[in-house]
Amino acid sequence: MSSIKPRVKVPKEVSIDEIVEIKTLIRHPMHSGRMKDPEGQTIPRQIINSFSAKFNGKEIFQMDLEPSISTNPYIVFQYKVKESGKFDFEWLDDNGEKYSISKEMIVS
Amino acid sequence: MKLRKLKKISRRNALQLIAVFTGTAVFPSISFAQSNQALDRINEITNGLGAIESDIWLDLPEIAENGNQVKVSFEMDSPMTETDHIKTVYILADGNPSPNVAKFSFTPEMGSCSATTRMRLSKTQNVYLLAANNNEQFFMTYAKVKVTIGGCGG
Repeated sequence: MSSIKPRVKVPKEVSIDEIVEIKTLIRHPMHSGRMKDPEGQTIPRQIINSFSAKFNGKEIFQMDLEPSISTNPYIVFQYKVKESGKFDFEWLDDNGEKYSISKEMIVS
Repeated sequence: MKLRKLKKISRRNALQLIAVFTGTAVFPSISFAQSNQALDRINEITNGLGAIESDIWLDLPEIAENGNQVKVSFEMDSPMTETDHIKTVYILADGNPSPNVAKFSFTPEMGSCSATTRMRLSKTQNVYLLAANNNEQFFMTYAKVKVTIGGCGG
């Protein structure tokens, strides 16, 4: 699905020991398996079921998503800066697909 | 004689009726208690230990006009060190088709225990937050959200 594009906002310039906020958004319908299409057919469940964030290869945050999470999952969390490095974000779809994005963060 | 017999039966009947009535009177209250799936889930996660109701900042709208997009934020006081940090946070809803909404896994690297997401709420209900620290202690809080338009479809 090429329509699924994750977006992440990471502060570009940060200082050590600062707690920064990371905002993520992914475009995804999050079919809960209970909604119906205009013809009255139930749309099968298809959701993003997991999100994880790694910093310099180490997992720092993970989240399990259930059908009760809204369309276009929006996740915000915080991170305490220790060094410059790279974030890797990954979303897992019920259909086995992975969506990922990386962001650099530089300590000034 | 006939009358006595009737009386006897009726008394027994009455007792049975009372039993039946109290039975039926008790039954709905049991099923009502069971309908709180969020508390059941908390029991399941904590292995029946339960959680301490504590002061966790759980931000939810008092009235949600659209149950499809309900913003939920939380923040917990925690030193977030290797020896003392919040490991997992569950968001549970007692009126949705399933109580589970999300499970967050935190690490000490994050420096704070705080997150935000958006959830669906099918009707007016309580939303529970259950947190577990690295020493397997559980904390919880809840908030009621009034929902004008439900968000779970069907």
